[in-house]
Parts: sequence; structure tokens; C-alpha cells
Amino acid sequence: MSETVIAVENLTRRFGDFTAVDHVNFTVEAGEIVGYLGPNGCGKTTTIRMLLGLLEPSEGRAAVLGFDAFRQSEEVRARAGYMSQKFALYDDLTVLENLAFYGGVYGIRQGAPIEAALDLVGLSDHRAEMTRSLSAGWRQRLALAIALVHRPKLLFLDEPTSGVDPTARRAFWDLIYELAAQGVTVLVTTHYMDEAEYCGRVGIMRAGQLLAMDTPAKLKSTVIPGEVWEVHVEPLEAGLAGLQNAEGVLRVGLSGDHLRVIARPGLGAETLRRAAQVRGPSPARVERGEPTLEDVFLSLARI
Amino acid sequence: MNSRLASIIRKEFIQIMRDKRTLVIILIIPIMQLFLLGYSATTDIRNVPLAVLDQCRCPESRALLDAYRAADYFLLAYDVGSEDEIRILIEQGDARAGIIIPPDYNAALAEGHAQVAFILDGADASAGSTMLAAATLIGQEHATALMMEKLERSGMDVENFQPPLEVRTRVWYNPDLVSSHFMIPGVIGMILFAITSILTATAIVRERERGTIEQLIVTPIRPWELVVGKVLPYVILAFIDTLEVLAIGHWWFGVPVRGALWLILTCSGLLLLSGLGIGLFASTIANTQQEAMLTVWMTLLPSIFLSGFFFPLEAMPKVLQWISYIVPLRYYLVIIRALLIKGVGIPAIWQEMLALSLFGLLILGAAAARFRKRLD
Repeated sequence: MSETVIAVENLTRRFGDFTAVDHVNFTVEAGEIVGYLGPNGCGKTTTIRMLLGLLEPSEGRAAVLGFDAFRQSEEVRARAGYMSQKFALYDDLTVLENLAFYGGVYGIRQGAPIEAALDLVGLSDHRAEMTRSLSAGWRQRLALAIALVHRPKLLFLDEPTSGVDPTARRAFWDLIYELAAQGVTVLVTTHYMDEAEYCGRVGIMRAGQLLAMDTPAKLKSTVIPGEVWEVHVEPLEAGLAGLQNAEGVLRVGLSGDHLRVIARPGLGAETLRRAAQVRGPSPARVERGEPTLEDVFLSLARI
Repeated sequence: MNSRLASIIRKEFIQIMRDKRTLVIILIIPIMQLFLLGYSATTDIRNVPLAVLDQCRCPESRALLDAYRAADYFLLAYDVGSEDEIRILIEQGDARAGIIIPPDYNAALAEGHAQVAFILDGADASAGSTMLAAATLIGQEHATALMMEKLERSGMDVENFQPPLEVRTRVWYNPDLVSSHFMIPGVIGMILFAITSILTATAIVRERERGTIEQLIVTPIRPWELVVGKVLPYVILAFIDTLEVLAIGHWWFGVPVRGALWLILTCSGLLLLSGLGIGLFASTIANTQQEAMLTVWMTLLPSIFLSGFFFPLEAMPKVLQWISYIVPLRYYLVIIRALLIKGVGIPAIWQEMLALSLFGLLILGAAAARFRKRLD
């Protein structure tokens, strides 16, 4: 039924002694929104650059839209859109001029596709504005319009929401869904856990390795080795130390103002409370938590 | 024209027109340089202040001084009473030369062995040598005139007297030996070369600095389209500059334009190949616009000195002369001076044109190969 848009086999890239991407395997089907989650510097951008033929793989290969990503990169580039984390815009051009320039580069001379791209990202009323005066959110939308102007079937978004406020991020994701509904396949990298939840499938990347890739729900149910608990305790460091050594506790991690604990199923709240306040005078508050991708990440990261 | 190339050219023009400050610099700087060099870089000597110590104060000494006054090389600025005063005036830079006429000048003249002393400030070697030649020549001419007078008084038929040897000099092309006629063609070459190399380098590095180059690479654009599209607008500006400098040089400084205009522009185009090549090459090395500027300057300065722009190549040590053969600007200066001042045609300059083309294509080819690698 569905066709494979990206097929990656043992894809590896080394820079000197450093392995940025280490034998990565995955496939992406048409119409999917696939997230690539991981901290900065874990190899997400390097992977995308290889998929676009910007970097030559040291080992393995990648097929994108049926073409070899490196040897037939021109074929790939003509059919794929790319939005880099830098938002490659010309500050001294207007919104329309930026879009018209990139359109022309893709051989689009008539105005209709450019108008359509402007409409889609909601910048029609801002066409005459100078790009340097746009807010981060508008710049992001313009960068997306540029990546879309030639109506690609596949869209690579590299950290598209970095530096953009939460409202604009939410609106941006609505746009991504709209595109996916039109049949566009999207591969998006992010280091925001909440954003990854929006994706159909999520790949978890760490230190160049793809640790897992599945739907968020599947990841939560298969990867997390126990039950998730939220522990509120003062001071946090003491609680962390106490829980780390406690019998039956599998993972402990800081999460904002509290600790997240993954514990063996059946281990009661009382056991955790006692372990958390070995030293602290204040009583710990322990609650069951909803499993999140953060817990998945935490579980995988310590393997 | 293909749509990709047209888009880049259009975009680049919009950006140039919007950056008024840079545009003004590109169009005004050549004019400033032209006026600066046209007036300052001259070895023509006029009105050198001369200190006079006339100890004789007789009609004969006045006749000698009149001879110096008549040629406008020297200005009889100071009438002094002692040799020390001449020394002080020259030390302070108020006078550049001094003449000392001894008390017995008229008596010695009558006996046929008069001597006067001429002192020159040799601190500036090139001005000094011109002054020396002028001072000697004026003195000798005056001596010849005195000799003729003496012969006439002794009853000789001076009308039919012929000196045994006479050197008749004729200066071709630049009969008044005006320095600016030599300098201004050089300015054209320097500006053309500097503008294309600097602007090419910075225009391309700017895309890298802003991160737009990555976006451009993932479009179907070809490397050559990117390079040509980006530099073509600057090439046009460089040609506008050339015509600008040529026009001012001709109508303001009176530099002749004897060669064909199409040939001048063709040869300028050949020089542009090298300028573009060096700029492109610098852009493959540099990551920021400052780095690009510095890289270009490092090749620009030696190019200018080894091109014969300021100093004649013939006067340089052999090693430097050899090195100058790999400086494209050198060939262009030979060509442009010959075209403007001598008005020659292709037969006289085809070798230089060939060298310029070869160097241009070589540099451009090497830079393009490097540029392609950096892109992929």
C-alpha cells in the first residue's frame, strides 16, 4: 500500500576519529511524520545532510525517493524541501523577494506557486516586509515557505522550532499536519520532547546511534522497563542519591522541579518515599506519572 | 537565459541597489583614487624653492640667475647672505636647492674659468635626480650662450658656426613627459583588478557567513550558475568604473585615448578573468568576509608593486622581474599603456593578451575546481 520514501542502511559518518553517525538503519513511508529526537550534537543534522547528499557517507547508504542520496543528490534535491536550523533567508530582501528568488532557482517563474506558498504559511499580508524586521516566528514560516515553494514530496526540517516561542511552535506544527494530510512526507529533527509527541513515529538518537524508532505510544510501552513515578522532595540532590541506591528503582532522572523514577512494577509509593527522604527533613510526595518520551529517552540513555 | 541564473542575477542586483553605501563606495572610490594618484604620484618637478647666495652681485651673476628663473623648474625663493643660511633652509625643508656664486665670478668669467656651486636636497631620490638634471642643463645652456658671445666678440662669424655634434631628442607619444599619462592607465588596471577580486570574494563568502549557501546547495542550482550569477553584476560595475576612470582621465587629466575602445574593453575583460579567479579562490579559503578581504589584499599588494604600476620593472632586481611574469596585472598595464598612449593594435600586444587570457583561465579554472569541492 505505502511506498518507502527513505531507506537507510548502516549509514555511518566519521569526522576523523569522531563517529557522528554510527550504523543507522531506518525506513520512512510516504505520508509519515517522523521525528528525530536527541540532544544537540548527537548526529541528527549530520544524518539529514547525508540524506540530502551534502555529506558523503563513510559507510552504508541511503536511498531517498528511490535515488541514491549521494550519487544522485541532484535528483533528490529537485524533489525534496529542506529547512535548515539557520533559516537561510536574505535579510535585505522582502518576504516576496526571498520567496521569488528561491522559486526562480527551482525554475518557477509564474506567481501562482509562490502565492500558494505564501498563503499556506500565512504570510500573504506581510509580503512587502523586509525580512530583517520579521519576528522569529515569521522568519520560521518564511523559511518553511521557501522549503515548500517547489511543492516537494518530501520535507526535511532541521530543528525548525529552535528559538521560536511556544505559540508559534504550536501553529507551526498545525502546518506540518496540514502538509502531511496533503501527502507530504516529513522528517523533522528536534530536541524538544513535547514536540516529538506530535510525530507519527519517533527515532531516539544518542551519540550517533539510533537507539529506537517507533510510535510514541509503542516506545512508551516497550522501552520503559517499569512504572513511572513523580517524586517531589527537598533537596532534590539528596532524593536523587537516595533513590539511585534503592532496591527496585531502575532509573532516576531530574525533570524540572521534581524527580522522575522508573521503578520495578509493584514497588509501592511508600518504598519510594522512604528511599527519597533518607536525609531530608521534608516529607516526599510520590505520585504515579504518565509515561512520556522523556522517560523513554531516560530509559534508553542509560543502557 | 535559464531561470536559475536569472534569479541569482536579479537577487544580487536588488541587494546591490539596496546597499547604497557599498554602491557609492564602488562608484566613488575609483574617482578618488584617480585624482589622488593623478596628482600625487607625479615625478614632474615645478617651482622648486631655491636659496641664492650671490656674493658677486654683478650683471654677470644676475644674467646667470635669470637663466634659472626663466626655466620654471626653480623658484628663486630666498636671497641669503651665507652658506650656513642655505644649510638651515634646506634642513628645514623650506628650500630644496641652493646656488652659490663666488665674489670673483665676473673676473673669473672674463678669464674663462668661472665656477658656481649648486647644492641639492637628495633625500627624495627621484625628485633629486630630476633637479640635478635640470640644474646641470640650465647651467650648460647658459655656458654655451656665454661662449657664443665670446666668440662673436673675438670676431668669429657665429651665424655660420656649427657645433660638431648635436643630439636632437624627440619624445614620442608623451612629448611633455607628463607623469599622469603613465599613472592613469595604471589606475584603471588596479581598480579593475581590486574591485573584481574583492567583491567576488566577499559576495560569495557572505552567503557562507549567513548560512544561505547550504540552502542554495540543496536547490538544483549548479555551482557555475551560482558563481556566474553572483559575480556578473559586479563585473558590470567594474566596467562602469573602467569607463568612469577612462573618461575622467581623458577629459580632466588629458590622457590620450588613441587605441580602439572595443580593444580596451576586451583587454579589460581579460584582466577580469584573473580578478574573478583570485576572488573566487579566496572565497574557497575564507569563512568570513574579513578573512576574504585579507586574503585578497595579500595577493593584491604584491601584484600592484610587481606590475610596474609605481616603479619601472626594468629597474627591479632580476628575481623580482621573473616573479613579475606571474602577475596578471603586469601584462594588463603594458597593454593599457600601449593602447591609450601609443594607440597600437592587436599585433603589438597579442603576446600580453595571450598571457593575460592564459593566466585568467588557469586561476579561474583552479578556483572553480576548489569551489566545486567545497560545495559538495
